[in-house]
Formats: sequence, structure tokens, C-alpha cells
Amino acid sequence: MLKSKTFLKKTRAGGVMKIVREHYLRDDIGCGAAGCTACCGAHEGPALEPQPQDPASSLCPQPHYLLPDTNVLLHQIDVLEDPAIRNVIVLQTVLQEVRNRSAPVYKRIRDVANNQEKHFYTFTNEHHRETYVEQEQGENANDRNDRAIRVAAKWYNEHLKKMSADNQLQVIFITNDRKNKEKAVEEGIPAFTCEEYVKSLTANPELIDRLACLSEEGNEIESGKIIFSEHLPLSKLQQGIKSGTYLQGTFRASRENYLEATVWIHGDSEENKEIILQGLKHLNRAIHEDIVAVELLPKSQWVAPSSVVLHDEGQNEDDVEKEEEREQMLKTAVSENMLKPTGRVVGIIKRNWRPYCGMLSKSDIKESRRHLFTPADKRIPRIRIETRQASTLEGRRIIVAIDGWPRNSRYPNGHFVKNLGDVGEKETETEVLLLEHDVPHQPFSQAVLSFLPKMPWGITEKDMKNREDLRHLCICSVDPPGCTDIDDALHCRELENGNLEVGVHIADVSHFIRPGNALDQESARRGTTVYLCEKRIDMVPELLSSNLCSLKCDVDRLAFSCIWEMNHSAEILKTKFTKSVINSKASLTYAEAQLRIDSANMRDDITTSLRGLNKLAKILKKKRIEKGALTLSSPEVRFHMDSETHDPIDLQTKELRETNSMVEEFMLLANISVAKKIHEEFSEHALLRKHPAPPPSNYEILVKAARSRNLEIKTDTAKSLAESLDQAESPTFPYLNTLLRILATRCMMQAVYFCSGMDNDFHHYGLASPIYTHFTSPIRRYADVIVHRLLAVAIGADCTYPELTDKHKLADICKNLNYRHKMAQYAQRASVAFHTQLFFKSKGRVSEEAYILFVRKNAIVVLIPKYGLEGTVFFEEKDKPNPRLIYDDEIPSLKIEDTVFHVFDKVKVKIMLDSSNLQHQKIRMSLVEPQIPGISISPDDISNMNLNGPEKKKMKLEK
Amino acid sequence: MAGLELLSDQGYRVDGRRAGELRKIQARMGVFAQADGSAYIEQGNTKALAVVYGPHEIRGSRARALPDRALVNCQYSSATFSTGERKRRPHGDRKSCEMGLQLRQTFEAAILTQLHPRSQIDIYVQVLQADGGTYAACVNAATLAVLDAGIPMRDFVCACSAGFVDGTALADLSHVEEAAGGPQLALALLPASGQIALLEMDARLHEDHLEQVLEAAAQAAQDVHILLDRVVRQHIWPSPDYPLLQSGPWGCFSPNIPRVSWHRQGWYAPHFMLRTPQLQ
Repeated sequence: MLKSKTFLKKTRAGGVMKIVREHYLRDDIGCGAAGCTACCGAHEGPALEPQPQDPASSLCPQPHYLLPDTNVLLHQIDVLEDPAIRNVIVLQTVLQEVRNRSAPVYKRIRDVANNQEKHFYTFTNEHHRETYVEQEQGENANDRNDRAIRVAAKWYNEHLKKMSADNQLQVIFITNDRKNKEKAVEEGIPAFTCEEYVKSLTANPELIDRLACLSEEGNEIESGKIIFSEHLPLSKLQQGIKSGTYLQGTFRASRENYLEATVWIHGDSEENKEIILQGLKHLNRAIHEDIVAVELLPKSQWVAPSSVVLHDEGQNEDDVEKEEEREQMLKTAVSENMLKPTGRVVGIIKRNWRPYCGMLSKSDIKESRRHLFTPADKRIPRIRIETRQASTLEGRRIIVAIDGWPRNSRYPNGHFVKNLGDVGEKETETEVLLLEHDVPHQPFSQAVLSFLPKMPWGITEKDMKNREDLRHLCICSVDPPGCTDIDDALHCRELENGNLEVGVHIADVSHFIRPGNALDQESARRGTTVYLCEKRIDMVPELLSSNLCSLKCDVDRLAFSCIWEMNHSAEILKTKFTKSVINSKASLTYAEAQLRIDSANMRDDITTSLRGLNKLAKILKKKRIEKGALTLSSPEVRFHMDSETHDPIDLQTKELRETNSMVEEFMLLANISVAKKIHEEFSEHALLRKHPAPPPSNYEILVKAARSRNLEIKTDTAKSLAESLDQAESPTFPYLNTLLRILATRCMMQAVYFCSGMDNDFHHYGLASPIYTHFTSPIRRYADVIVHRLLAVAIGADCTYPELTDKHKLADICKNLNYRHKMAQYAQRASVAFHTQLFFKSKGRVSEEAYILFVRKNAIVVLIPKYGLEGTVFFEEKDKPNPRLIYDDEIPSLKIEDTVFHVFDKVKVKIMLDSSNLQHQKIRMSLVEPQIPGISISPDDISNMNLNGPEKKKMKLEK
Repeated sequence: MAGLELLSDQGYRVDGRRAGELRKIQARMGVFAQADGSAYIEQGNTKALAVVYGPHEIRGSRARALPDRALVNCQYSSATFSTGERKRRPHGDRKSCEMGLQLRQTFEAAILTQLHPRSQIDIYVQVLQADGGTYAACVNAATLAVLDAGIPMRDFVCACSAGFVDGTALADLSHVEEAAGGPQLALALLPASGQIALLEMDARLHEDHLEQVLEAAAQAAQDVHILLDRVVRQHIWPSPDYPLLQSGPWGCFSPNIPRVSWHRQGWYAPHFMLRTPQLQ
């Protein structure tokens, strides 16, 4: 065992500092080939196969291992992930470079390397005595790494030859760098470019499509003119950011207008928080979610956010002039104070590309291999891909990854990754929306399932330790119909001293999910159960969610109970937390429970218990509202599904009963009690939930809208908001209050999980509670599992474990949970939208009453109360003369010809499904009433079934 | 962008060692003729010099003299050029004082102080270059210097640090690993009996992990002992069998070094005046 020392000099924060580090070289690092006698298997984990039976390559017929360089790994990871590619040597040098350059690729390559089937081996070449190379004078780090890779490749070839004389094993060096390849060949290393190698795999032609197309410098110049200005190098950007000439921020493309985006500036400075970018050239090839550097434009060039809705529809990619025309359209005259800081992208600090779902828009030219791909997410630009199977991919949902965006190209270049299935099919669409929202939905792996309890399961003596037997209590659960994951149950009884005992019993999921095992890790990753319209993506395996943890009636179940002693005015006298065993006496639906409470002649235990609960809940709710809790509203819909085809046959807004709020009230109480307890016990690492108060500017739209109806909404505190919302009634317009509440909901901030040690503002604005957490749904939320564990430690019923008391780990968990919750919410909305489409597809076109929620420059957003459906009515259409539109932001109102639209106006719209764009089938709404000539259509206008452009009948103006 | 990966998936640390391996240790005894005992040690890039005077009469205030045992006086300093950025004060700051105190506690537990009542033993340690594990290097250097001075001890005192990264305990942390901010534990051991002379950790570490880290540190300290033992032998009977500057860095993992120390088999240098330690 030899060692040597390297001396590295590094500069940090301006100063030059000499850093001396040791670097040990070893001779006990194995080559990774199973059965290699020289290395005597000096490692564990996945190894290379001794005789790889790899896909026959016409270039190198003998068995071989692959050794890719950094750029191949970074750009062609999709190819490497293919099951056909096996036996790959990943050098430490390569892996470190990948790690520094792209975290997602690094994670993917590690996942691949851990897969036994793939036979990937990571060779620690930097610490191997024979493959270590020192940086030479005048050699830069990149060249040194390239040389290190070649040295390792050469060593491998010699080493394998030594293994046995007749062994034909070869190591093939894969690089896309021409010079590097030449040098390798000179040194006698078999080397190919990735493209050459993949094309030589005659058995797997489909791999070619997965190749990332990276145009070489050569053919870049010839094709057309340069559209975009150059991105500045990172060093310049950092300099600029430090000196303040550039600002760093996250790029957020607009969903509604492809020529507009905002950049959220990082850091705490108050001014210039949000910068607007307008026009293709100013967007300069940035893609949604990228971290970019922007330069502020002089004030004279500032613009206001346009309220225009604009989609990229041109097929021809050379019509840059046309784009400029459209850009001009955005710049309409606006008042001075509307102007927002405007900038342009000067460079990209970090790309945040991921594979995108979408559809192929086949090129008009037959036999063309270049096609445009339209992502499902409208914030992502269209991507040009090269494929031979365009005809088979047409009409399918596919996944595409971006490879790059050259300066002379209108669209980014990408490559095909995966085919999901036919568009419009329920399974495909569900898959798409799960993928687009990054919802982990694969079936649970064997490793995860192995931690489930063995069936038949029963409560044992051991389980009863630290547990109270509450099976004698008259406990029941109240849930929506069809609910199989029942995580809460309630009871209420009168005590001898006249007080009431109320218990909330929550499924004891943390008893089954032990910290740190695969089951725990998987649930932590999923974070939440996602409810789609026809499907549920469970956070924990079904055995737990629908059976062992579910507090079904008439079976013994483990629970975590929170028991209060209250007097009749709902004041808490005593709180007790305990793990318990319960036996629920009834599983009721909200309607059933309501029926029991209302029918006077029922006097059984369950009913009296429910009545007691209901009485207390009403008092609790009153108290809560007095404190300033908000009652907001959002239209929620339920689909009635056909039991066989699972197609939606009816659409209904959710009904709210007294019992809904009864259960909710006690859940809130339990959550608050638990939050207090765990924060008391673990002031540094309690997992809590907060709801920040929205900044006053959020309410602007609500206040303006109310003012147009001569109502005043006070927004200084939650309480005054709640009160003014209560008072905002109009005798002639009963639905106004609901509309105002819907608008108020839109003004709110997201509630988030956080770790108490990392934050000092705990307030929950919406519930008006100083502290809050989630405790009551551990089957479907991971946050509750953590809270259960904390509480169990606090009451001494369970032992602690290292990660639980590590606030940084907890903060990481919170971050993931917040992300998953947000994504789950979006996925649910997308699922509802898809099913609404299916519903209207079967229903044909209908006319409904609607209320205007927002007014835009060229459209109005309306809400249809009957279906809880929201949609946009456009007033500008292609190939039609634009109507005279006057938009007033102050009131806000939109004047079309002679009709004025205000927020909350009642209109009548026609709803139909627009399938002109296969990818984005959408609900389309057109105005029926009030009638405007040239704009509205007649209600009984069925003659024009041509959905793409309904003809307009001239109607007489009514006003 | 991404921080340093302290332990790769393949089980190698930043400098190429495995989790339980020590850095290369080189040491010399009797580097100064003037002092009663002296030693110099290199543990990787950490370099320390120890000088021992005594036992001698109490210097300064007589009131400090202890009636039943010798007073152990330890002073720690680190050279201004020992770290990447130049230090202002070589000694006397809070950290140096604390280190001196820890060294004193360590050696009070190892030196048979009751043999020299009313006298004083001075141990001066200076760190010339700091690259992690300064306490351990100081203890190891001081042990050799005390041995060189012929002061009777219960046993060697061997020290080593250990850290904890991604569920694995790392022995003998380098500066890079220390700077990463994980928990770090310093352990001084009397290797024959396995008794702990000093254990120090001032970071948060869950108690479930403590045993694992302690185990790693103890094992590393045992390995240090084997190496120090060889240095002592080499010093007394220089022989080509034990080339001084090539004591392998991996201690017991190296096949040509016997795992069992001769010390334990009851062999003692006569002028050490050691008493057989009570073996458990």
C-alpha cells in the first residue's frame, strides 16, 4: 500500500489559500469483473459479468465492457438507463464530475449502479496506484480528467488481458469528444462515439431515438441565422451578480402567454422581487424553473404584464418576424404606475430540465425525421426531436428530454424517451398527470412489502404494552361514503362529575411503520395519498391503509387517542394522550350520522354520543370564528361514476352537512392539542404547520371586486376579513357571498409544514390558531406519522431514534412533504379537469348560468356554480376581426363593443368540449347572454357542430 | 455546488482511506538532548512535538505541591503557521487552555503520580501543522515523550478521533472531514486494559450511534498503540527489522505487523520502571 501526497491550491472568497490534502493510493481496489483472479473480488455490490452477453454490436463482436466519459454520462443517461445497456464501468473521476455538474443525473446514475441487473461498476480510479495521474504543468483540469479516464481505460484493457490469455474481453471507451477519441485510438484503446456504438447495436434499433442529439460545432454555423444572443459564462454571471448588474432568480414561464415570463429574484431585497421578461429574445432560451441571471432594462423600456392570452401555434419555425409582430402586440399603452421592472436573460446559472410528457406534432413534410413535440405543460416550449417512428408515435402520449438549445434554433432540441400510450385513454391520461406532477405511483416494491405485518394479524400481549384498553367505549367513525381508509373515530360520554369526556381516536400507523425501514422511506418519499377521481395512489400499502390501520367497525384496532374532559360549554379541563386499543361500534357516513342526530326517536348509545359531539362542536366552532378563523369557500365537485365503464355520468358540487363540520371541529381541536404538546416537549424539532398571513397586495383584487358592488372588505386582520365577509350580503344576489369567499380563497398563501427549530412564526392564519399541526390522518399523510412518533416519545410510549431529533433532517422531510402536497393538489385538479372533459364529451353542449370571477384584457373567467366549473371565455379569435375591447384595470371591467362586463356579473355561457387540439382537449365556453353581435352565440345554435370555429350569428343588441 | 462527498458509495473517504483506517503515522523519540524526554509525531499532515521535564521540584508557588502525588503541568500551543490561515496567538487563548487541561486530565490518569509526591512533571506540546485530530496527535506525542523521559506509567496512552457520516463511523478524521461539521469524538485509551483516560465530544450525536463511534475510535486507538509500541522498540534497539519511517499507515490491517502487541505478553523495558498493569 503506497501513498503519496498532492498539494492543491485553492482560492476562496478572494484570498489565495494553500490547501494541503493527503491523497492515498491503494493497491487493493478490484477491477470489478466477477471472477477476476488478480483482484480476488475485493469488493461487494453489483459487479460486471465475467462473460457479458451484451447486445451484439457490429463494431465490436467480442464481449466487452463500456467505459463512458463524463459528457456521455451527462447527456446520454437515457441510453445508459435502457435495459439493453449493461456492464458499464463508471470511473470515480467521471462520477465526481457528474456530481458537480448535474445533481439529477448523478442521482439517476447512482440508482442505475445499484441495480444488480445492470452490472454497473464504479471504479475508484483516483485512489488506485496504477491509474492515478497527476496534473501536469500547463494542463487544465479538464484535460487532466480526460487523460485520467484514458489511463484507466488502458489499464483495464491490459488488466483484463492478464486475467487469461485467451480472454477476448475488451473495454470500449465511449466519448463524444473528437480529440479525446483520437488520442485514445492513438494509445491503442478501442474508442467509439456514443452514436457510433448505439447505431452498431443492430438488435436494438429503438435505442437510436433515445440518443440525445448534440449538434457538433461543425454543422451549427451553416443552418440559418442566429436568433438569440449568447449566454454569458458562469464566471461573468457571478461577477455581475456580486456587483449587482445582474440579478439571480428562478425563471417562471407564463402558462397563458408563451412570450412572457417572470423571474423571482432570490434573496431578501424588497425591491425588484419580480421581474418581467417579454419577447422571445429577452427570454433567451430559458425554460421554466431554470435558475437564470437577468439584467434590468432601463426604465424607458419597462412594460406592464399583458393580460393577453397567447399560445405558440406556428408550425413553421422560421417565422421569427411574425413573432416580433406578436411581441409588438403585447406592448400596449398603459399608465406609468402599471409598469413593472423588466429585464432580459443574460445567462443560465442552472438548468432544471426534466423529462416532459406531451405529444408529437408530426412534421408537414413526409419522410421528415425532425418533428416538433408539444409538452402537456404549457410553460414548456415545444421541443424538436428526431425520430424514425413518427407515424407510430402520432396520437400517443410520449416522454421527451431536452438536450440543448442552440442559438440559431427557435426551439430546443431533444430526444424521445418513452411511449406512454394512446391519447385520451383514461390510463394514459392518468399516467401523464401523475408523471407531470411528479407523483410516485409505482406499485410498492418487494422490499417495502416485506415490512408489512404477517397475516393473519392479531393484537398480541406485546402490543398491549404502554397501551390502554378502550374497547368498552362506544366509539364510532363518520366519513364520506365509500371511504375505506378510516383514520379517525370519535366518542363522547358523560362522566360521573357531570362533565363530558370526548375522545378522538386516530389510527396508530406509526405502530406498523417503524422508522428507517424501506416501508418508512417509501411512505416518506410519497408523503401523501393522492386522490384522483377514479383512483387512489396510496401512501402506504393497501393492507395497512384499508385494513389493519383503518378503524373499521366491530374489529379491534390499534389507535392513538386524544381524550379531553370538557364541561358543557366546551372548555377543556384536562387533556390526555394515550396509545390504545379500540373497537368501533359503527362506521357511519356523514348523511347517516346526520340522520341519527335529527331523528328524535333514536336514543341508543351511538346517537347520544353523536348528539353530545354535535353540541360541543357547535360551541367550538362559534369560539373559533370569534377568534377570527376564516370560513372560505371553494367549489368542490364529485363525479358519479358509471360502475362499469368508470365514466363520469353526473357531476355534483359537494354538499356540506352539520356532521362534516362536527368531525372537522374535533380534528382541529386534536391537532391543536397535539401541536401544543409536542412543541412543549420538543421545542427544537416539532413538526408543525403554519399558514402565513398573505401580504396586503394579495387582497387587491378582492377589494376592487367588492367595491364594484359597493361593498367594503377589510383585510387588515383575519378577524376583520371574516367579519366583513359575513356582512357582504346582497339581498338581490344571494350567491355573491360565496363568490367573494371563493375570491378570498385565491388570495391566501399556502399552508406549509415546518420544523419548529428552524422558524419562529408559528401562526396559522386561516384557523386563527397560534400553533397547529397535522395529527389526525396518518394513513394518508406522512407528516402525521412523524407527529405520532413525536407524541409517542413525549408520553413515553415509544422510543426515540436519531433522525427524529435532527432538525435538519426534519426540515428536509418538511420540504419534501410541502412539495408532494402541492403536487398532489395539482394532480387532483388535473384529474377533475380531465373527468369534467369526459363528462361534457358524453353530454354534448349545454348552456348554463355563470358568474364572472376575473376580467382579463381579452377574456373573462367565469364560474358555473352548478358544476363548480371554472372556464375562460375568449373574445378574440384567429381569422376573425377583433371586436373593440376596452379594458379597465382599476374597476376591473372589460367593455366589448357596447357591453361592459364587471366582476360578479351574471352571464350565460355555452359549454362544449373542444377537441381541435388532441393534446389539450379543453372545455370551451362561449358567451350566450348578454348578446353581443359578432361575439355571442345563440343558445339553440346547434347547427354548427364544427367545434373549431363556431359561426356567429348576428343578433340584435338587447340593451 | 454539491458539497464534498465524505464517504463514497464504494466506501472510500476523500483521501482514499476506508472508514476504519488511520492516516500514516511516523514518529521519533528523543529529538532534543536538552529535555528529559521528547518526541515528534506525524499523523498524516498533522505534526506535533512534545517535550517533557521532570519529575522535578515544584517551580513557582510551593503551595501548589500535592502531598501525595506529582503535579502534572501541561501546556499546549499551536504554531502560527500550523493552519491555512495564520493564527494570531500561538498559545494562551481559550482553546489552547482547554486543550492543556484535557491533556493534563489524560496524563494524570496514566502517569503513576503517586510515586513522586510533592514534585512536578511538565509536558509541553506544540502543534506544528494542523490537519485534524490535533488532540490525538498531542496525546500520542506526549506519551512517547513521557516514555522517553522514563517516567513510570500505567500503560501507553493512545488517542484517536472518530466521526460519524451517513451511518458509518470514520476513524482518525482529517481537517476536511472535521470541517464538514459532523459530530466528532476524541478518545484516549489505555490500550492494555481498554480503560478510557479521556472521552470528549461536544456535538450532538444520537445515543444509538454513540457505541458505534466509540467502537471505531477504540479500535483506531488500539491500532495507534501497535505503531507507537514499534517506535519505542525501534528507539531502544534500532534494528533493520523495523525501518523507522515505514510504519504502515493502516496499522493492524497490514499483514506483516503482528496483531498482538508484545507489551501485553509481559515484556517491559527495564528503565521504564513500569508496574504490570492489572489486566482484566
